This record gives sequence, structure tokens and C-alpha cells, in this order.
Amino acid sequence: MKNLTLLVLLVVSGVLAGCACPPKSQPVAVEQPKVEPAPTSVPAPAAAPASTQDSLLTNRNIYYDFDSSALKDEYKAIITAHAKNLTDNPSLKVTIQGNCDERGSREYNLALGQRRADSVKRMMIMLGAKESQIETVSFGREKPRALGHNEEAWAENRRSDIVYQDE
Amino acid sequence: MKNFSCFLHLFPLFLLWGVSCSSANAQLKIEIIGSGASQFPIAIVPFKGENTLPQSVTDVIAADLQRSGLFKIVDSGGLTTIPVEPPQVDYAMWRTRGADVLAIGAVSPLPNGQFDVRFRLMDILKQQQLTGFAYQVNAQQLRRTAHKIADAIYEALTGDGGMFDTNIAYIIKNGSRYELKVADVDGYGARTILASNESIISPAWSPDGTMLAYVSFEHKKAIVYMQSLETGVRSVIANFKGSNSAPSWSPDGKRLAIVLSKDGNSQIYLVNLDSGVLTRLSISGGIDTEPNFSPDGLSILFTSDRGGSPQIYRMLVNGGNPERLTFDGTYNVTPRFSPDGKSFVFVQRNGGHFNIATQDFVSRQSQLLTEGSLDESPCFSPNGKVILYATNEGGHGILSTVSSDGRERTRISVEIGDVFEPAWGPLIKD
Repeated sequence: MKNLTLLVLLVVSGVLAGCACPPKSQPVAVEQPKVEPAPTSVPAPAAAPASTQDSLLTNRNIYYDFDSSALKDEYKAIITAHAKNLTDNPSLKVTIQGNCDERGSREYNLALGQRRADSVKRMMIMLGAKESQIETVSFGREKPRALGHNEEAWAENRRSDIVYQDE
Repeated sequence: MKNFSCFLHLFPLFLLWGVSCSSANAQLKIEIIGSGASQFPIAIVPFKGENTLPQSVTDVIAADLQRSGLFKIVDSGGLTTIPVEPPQVDYAMWRTRGADVLAIGAVSPLPNGQFDVRFRLMDILKQQQLTGFAYQVNAQQLRRTAHKIADAIYEALTGDGGMFDTNIAYIIKNGSRYELKVADVDGYGARTILASNESIISPAWSPDGTMLAYVSFEHKKAIVYMQSLETGVRSVIANFKGSNSAPSWSPDGKRLAIVLSKDGNSQIYLVNLDSGVLTRLSISGGIDTEPNFSPDGLSILFTSDRGGSPQIYRMLVNGGNPERLTFDGTYNVTPRFSPDGKSFVFVQRNGGHFNIATQDFVSRQSQLLTEGSLDESPCFSPNGKVILYATNEGGHGILSTVSSDGRERTRISVEIGDVFEPAWGPLIKD
């Protein structure tokens, strides 16, 4: 029940946020003072994107379909957040580690894992990160995180990891 | 042929199958299940004097021949006298026991501490010698001598080259420890070539059997090394940014085809081992990997997903457009030429299963040889008659063999642990 309540709250707040946004995006200069009377409420919307950015940054895993290095839409926000982080902090460096499930040839999987890592790197560079900030490496199917021999384990192992250096 | 009568029985059967299949469907795969019924009956008499040795020679010979699947070992127990020379052979008695050929021999200690090992292979029907050899070896060479005798018997009866006096390389994983090992083909005498806490893959024998190239992840990335089996000395062949992998020796041993991702996608390059000069061989927008030199050194088989899914292609070493060879299914990988260059073995995905198959270059017909769930890393024996591969049994990696006609299968449990990435070495030269 508690989970359900939470879910409802999230949905509701989501809806509210959704409603609040379009008017804001309307370029009606006269209405801007309306924001000023409630300065305490300003940090709230500002904090929301920040916390989203933070939570996206704690997410370091990009998952793939079998024999695919295509970046799924659901992971693009994570990659975008890390790309922004690298752009905002030029001293940061990451290694992207490509991994594969245990099926198929080790050598082909090594190449596939490399392509998975490289596709993440390419998107980050497109978004402003520097080439020198990103290294890629493939472990192929050699370092599986999940040790089972089933679809659940395989899905977990078809993955790129974003690893910050000096972490 | 040399008096191998069971082959005569098999030939008409193959011809019939070939005709019926090709007329029905050019792409039809012949799936053979089970093992061959026709086996050549051979009796191997315990060699005189071998009972005083720490290691029976004839036990090793019999195990080799039996493992090939082509031979039935006829009981040679209960003999009142052990024949050593041809005049001592009771041919009628061996015919009654059902043997067509008979191996006899003796092991005698020499004053210098070595042993004299001699054997003869007798045709029981014609009552004449087919082949015979004598060796002077030390005690540590007795197993190898037994493998040589098994090869001599195999060659005399089949007309094909031998395969028993050979080594295999493989990786064994125990917990987090990986070891690259080399062992006799029957699993004896395993020795560690490299031990690491990170994975090792793709061992490849130099054509003369003195070196192994392989990929080690010991520095947290794939790097290609080459190592002398005699001295243990090794060198880095390729350590560029990205992945360095999939070594394959040219037949003359002077070049290695390798795969590098330094310029983007994984592509095939050629390294001249004398000069170190690197030449890019493949140019595609996809993954090109798993190169394998043809026996004549002129072409290379490889895996590429340039067409949307991983398939097997062939290209000339000197350039030219690669030709796609596999079209069935969406996942065909790990091509390896047969030693005669007339066919190749590869891994084919069938539904959720990965199996070993061969394809003939002329007929383009492929034949599925195995039915495990995760069969991989196939390679031919030096004589092309047997395919060694890795598979999974009860969640553990093991090695298996299947005869290149798909009739005979064995499993090779080398040690405890996960065993994978087998590579069959060339016949050992003296």
C-alpha cells in the first residue's frame, strides 16, 4: 500500500509539474513577477533538475539487446548527464567498459563490447565531452557480473559501465 | 586405402546421402546423430617387457585408437605366450577373435638407461606385415612413443596423417585464476604456460609448434602476446588503444593476422613478425574479427557483421572484395580452415543454441555436427579428421571432440574447473 501511495504521489506531482511547465515556457514577460513573491518555492523546481542530474550520475550502467550496441532511448538521459558532468568538469576522466553475455564467440564479443563502449563515448563527445576525457575498453564476455546461465544473467551482462577514474 | 575394409562399407552410404540431399535442397543440412557402427577391429598385444615399466605403452596406443572412434579394440587377454615376432603369431586364433589387424612388440631396457621400443602391425588375413618401427627413447618419452606408434597404425590403416603425437592448448579457470595450459592430446602432461587473475583467450599455435600467440587481459585490457614454449620468453605483439586480439599465424610462421580497434571498429591487420610492420587488411564499417589463414597462406576467413549480422567471409591476403560464405541464420562465427583447405568449421546459432558446423567450399553445403547449447571455439586436428571444441556440461566448461563427418564424439575432461578456448597443435616434429 505504501508503495502504491508513493506511486500515486509521484504521478500526481508529475502531473502538476507537467501542468506548471507549459505556462512557464510561454514567453509572457508580464507574468514573471509572479515568481518573485514566492522565493522559497524557487529552489524547489531548481533542485528538482539538480537531483535528477545527481541521480542520473549515480547510474553508471547502459544495457543492450543481444548482439547489439545500439543505445536505447531509456539510457540516453544517463549518458547525457555524464557527458554534461565531463563538460562541466574538464579534469574528470572516465573509462567506459563494454561487456557482453556468455553466448557466442569470445572474440566477436570482445569486438562487440568495444563497440558498445565506443558508442557511449561517441555520444558523450557529441554532447561536449572531450576525447581526452574518455577511454574505452572491452572485457567481452570475460568479466560477467551475473554468473547465471539464463536470460536474466545475460541481460545484466550486456552492459557498458561508466567508471570515473580515481574512484 | 590399405586394407581398411570398413571404409569400403561407408563410402556407398555417403554417396547416397549426398545425392538425395543435393537434389532435394541445395541448402539442406545433414544432421547426423549418434556414433558410427562400423569400427575397424584391431588387437593390440601387450608389448613384451612393458609390464615392468611405470607406464604401459599399449594402453596408451589402445586409448588413442579407441578415442578416434574408428577402431574396435579386440580382446587380447588370456594368451599363453605373447607373440613378439611375426612367426609367433597364431593368425587363425586372432581371426576367431574377430581381429583384422594385430599390433605386436616389445620394450627392452638398454645398458645406457634408455629403452628399445619396437612394434609391428600385422595383417591377419594376408598374414603379412603392414608397418613396423623401432625407437630408442628414455623413460620420459615412453608415452610419446606410444602416441607415435598409434599414429603409425592410424596412418597405415587409413592412409591419412596421424594426430596422436600432438599437443593441445587451452585455458582453465578455477575460481578467479586463469591458466593457459599445454597438454598431450589425451590430456596427460599438462603444464602451465601462463597464470593470471584475468582472462586469457584465443591461444594460437605457431605452425612449427614452438610458440603460442594469445590474448591476455592481465593489464585490464586485451593485449596480444607471443610466447616460446621452450624458453617461456614472451613478447607483446600488439598493445594499441582499444582491443588487441584474435591472433592467427600465417602458414610460414612469419606473420600474424590480428584484430585491432585502434582506428574505430575492430578490423583485421597483419603484423610482420620480423619487421614489426603493421598492415591493415580489412576495411569495413562493421566488426571484422576472428581471422584465420588458409593452409596455402593466400586467403583469410573471418567473421564480420558488415551485412547486419555476424557472418563468415573470405578475403585474399593481397586485397580484393571479401566474399560472404554463410547465409543461414543470423549468427555464424569463428571460422577455421580445414588442413586441406577444402572446407571450414564454424559456430552457428540455431535458435537459442550455438553449435559446431562445417561447410564445403565447393558445394557450399553446411553440416551441423553438434547439438549442445553453447558449443564454441572449434578447431581441426592436424589431419582434419577430428574437430576439437569447447562446450558446456552441467554449467561447467569442458572440451569435446567430434569427427569431421559428425559420426563420433568424445568428451575431454582435462581437469576440474572450466576449460575453454582449445587449440590443437601441429604434429610434433623431432
